[in-house]
Amino acid sequence: MKFLQDFFDKLKPFVEKGGKYEKYHTLYEGHRTIVFAPDLTTGKKGSQVKDAVDLKRMMFTVIIAMIPCLLFGMWNVGHQHFLATGADAELIDKILIGALKVVPIIIVSYAVGLGVEFVFCVIRQHPVSEGFLVTGLLIPLVMPATIPLWQVALATVFAVVIGKEAFGGTGMNILNVALVARAFLYFAYPTAISGEVWTYLGDAAPVAAYSGATPLAIAASTVGNPGATPVVDLLNDSWSAGIYDFWNMFLGIMPGSIGETSTLMCLIGAAILVLTGVGSWKIIVAVFAGAYSMGLIFNLVGLNEFMLMPAQYHWVIGGLAFGAVFMATDPVTASQTETGKWIYGFLIGLLTVLIRVFNPAYPEGIMLAILLMNVFAPLIDYYVVQANKKRRLQRATV
Amino acid sequence: MSKFVKLKKGFNINLAGKAEEKIGEIQQPETFAVKPTDFQRITRPKLLVEEGASVKAGTPLFFDRLQENVMYTSPVSGEVVEIKRGEKRKLLEIKILADKKITHEQFTKFTVSEMSSLTKETATELLTKSGVWPNIVQRPFGSIADPTATPKAIFISAFDTNPLSPNYGILFKGQDQYFQAGIDVLKKFTPGVVHVNTNADAEVLPMFAHVKGAEVNKFSGPNPAGNVGVQIHHLDPINKGDLVWTVSPFGVIQIGKLFLEGIYDASKVIAVCGSEVSNPQYYSTYSGANVGRFIEGNLKSDHVRVISGNVLSGEAVGKDGFLGFFANQVTVIPEGDKEEFLGWILPTFNKLSFQRAFGLFANTKREFVLDTNTHGEQRSFVQSGNLEKVLPMDIYVTYLMKAILAEDYDDMEALGIYEVIEEDLALCEFVDVSKNDIQKILRQGLDLIQYS
Repeated sequence: MKFLQDFFDKLKPFVEKGGKYEKYHTLYEGHRTIVFAPDLTTGKKGSQVKDAVDLKRMMFTVIIAMIPCLLFGMWNVGHQHFLATGADAELIDKILIGALKVVPIIIVSYAVGLGVEFVFCVIRQHPVSEGFLVTGLLIPLVMPATIPLWQVALATVFAVVIGKEAFGGTGMNILNVALVARAFLYFAYPTAISGEVWTYLGDAAPVAAYSGATPLAIAASTVGNPGATPVVDLLNDSWSAGIYDFWNMFLGIMPGSIGETSTLMCLIGAAILVLTGVGSWKIIVAVFAGAYSMGLIFNLVGLNEFMLMPAQYHWVIGGLAFGAVFMATDPVTASQTETGKWIYGFLIGLLTVLIRVFNPAYPEGIMLAILLMNVFAPLIDYYVVQANKKRRLQRATV
Repeated sequence: MSKFVKLKKGFNINLAGKAEEKIGEIQQPETFAVKPTDFQRITRPKLLVEEGASVKAGTPLFFDRLQENVMYTSPVSGEVVEIKRGEKRKLLEIKILADKKITHEQFTKFTVSEMSSLTKETATELLTKSGVWPNIVQRPFGSIADPTATPKAIFISAFDTNPLSPNYGILFKGQDQYFQAGIDVLKKFTPGVVHVNTNADAEVLPMFAHVKGAEVNKFSGPNPAGNVGVQIHHLDPINKGDLVWTVSPFGVIQIGKLFLEGIYDASKVIAVCGSEVSNPQYYSTYSGANVGRFIEGNLKSDHVRVISGNVLSGEAVGKDGFLGFFANQVTVIPEGDKEEFLGWILPTFNKLSFQRAFGLFANTKREFVLDTNTHGEQRSFVQSGNLEKVLPMDIYVTYLMKAILAEDYDDMEALGIYEVIEEDLALCEFVDVSKNDIQKILRQGLDLIQYS
């Protein structure tokens, strides 16, 4: 790799202090440290050795964990396309269609997002941070395949500028950056991200009786409708046989955002995050527990058919699993104390189901629940830390 | 009441180059140095010798104007050959060219029976003027103890869990009576308990197990279980306004020897260890020894870092540097100042990590050769909970760090800054994904609280 080192060394004089392109120093460093782990050494005093992990590797681990969701999502976009249009297709056709829709979204997300990051690095002279590595893939995975690319670009700019850089960059943001992108689209262009947008049809006409409604929309339709059929029956009577059957929804072979339909793939991702210690298992478990508990409470209240839907259905419909595994565990915006993580996750699960049932306009609840709890996470931590201080004071004798 | 404390949190760093359990024959180093920078809080040292002066072991070299009666004395007899100063004439090193045969200043000697009637005042006077006193470290802040203060308790950690830590059985062989005498002296300084904390996971030396007049506690668990700060936290935590003292076993022995023999004996056994040392083993020398003699012709490679102390809280001193006052090991590891192609992502079985992030597949229990590379650049605190995972104390390290950076005095106090000094958070610094200088930040906080 000597030639690469030489290449960077040759560029160095231009970007060093006093060089012609001095202000691009952070960009230069950013790229060099991607190709080569830097030659920095520890200080004279203090720890003389350091753990082999760094933020880049940590972030990359999250990307690895998302790959099952991504691959499955690509296939599923194609599969849903052919299912809805009634055409027969081979596996490869499905993947190709999926890739054709998904890859451009990923490219736009990374290109635009990194572009904005680079601009900020140069303006504010802070190092290129790794945060966007994960955000760049999270954004496409929570979009419908039909989203216009310019909207992806706009949402990404908004998310990075307002969601992150306005707070000082990676590590300082309050809200989950990828969710800010999705929330932006939800409020700015609601028609592109809600309703029957989840299946890519292209120019083809859908089959007879096709309905693009997601299971959440079907369930929500029972609210305010006395005498409605139970949700489970409604789901089973869907336009395509078995598509909203519990186990099919668990596998994720149904319309939805690109990466979030499959609970199974999310659980594989969760296993990677938990085994590598990068994601907090406490948060993931707590979100599922919170959603289940609220589901059970609603079963007891039973005012409408949505409330009566079996609690475990909340785990597999919508983006609960994806949100729990990849969004709620974001270490920057989640609760940072171990006790706090339980409370934070549990409340996300609880709120998700609450929003689903009580918010007919937008049946997906996990996004709003996580954003809301992002805001409350520091408060939760505040009380946990306060309890620690109190323990300390009680033990004092003076 | 003796206590047994089982600690779960922590992490053992298993480094290659453990010292072989024998004391090597070697010609003594020619020079020795006393470094005021080894001691916290020495702000205005007053020199008592000039270059060319001849000294004996125990002759005062300087004192701190804030504690005028505490003398810092020469570890060996010989001639003061250099007084090294740094920026703003800061006193860095007082170098002494040692005599072939070491002679000692003679102080008052006591028999074992006389020691029981010894008063605190007499003991203080002898300890402070002989140079033994700086072994007593005061918490909070980790500065040299104030002779006029009364600590609520005294803590002695009788084991070391740090990487490549020396075997105390070799270091303190045959010093049992001095250790006991040291405890007898220290007891006079506190109305509380003298705690001797031993390792529940290994054989305990008789000098610690059978010590009289002290409470012997047992600690079990990974590093930093051997850190006295962690032990204090579980035995009798430091609250605001509290004052405790800590002494290393070497310090206790030195105190005992002063009273029984009447000399300031700075001779010590040290471990010379680390992956880059050809023959890692023990050597007998004196405090402040030049490390050159121990590593000359004894290195596997040339591009190395020589550390006085252990790799977690030691200090890089260079090949011609001097052993620190509190150090009983010299560790030599490779320098890591080289770039590594895709080093941040390539899967490997050779890198040690407390985390298990993607590609770090190594078994953490085997021996590792670690270099000084930071493995990444400094970032804001992102990963949560990992600093707390390696500190067996009820302290939110990340919040404490943030309180220090924000200079929030109330929060620093409330979050437990009085309970820790650098060495306690050394492992946190090692595991920190964001590569922050945790120990340095902590000292900033301690200085803020102490001096403003």
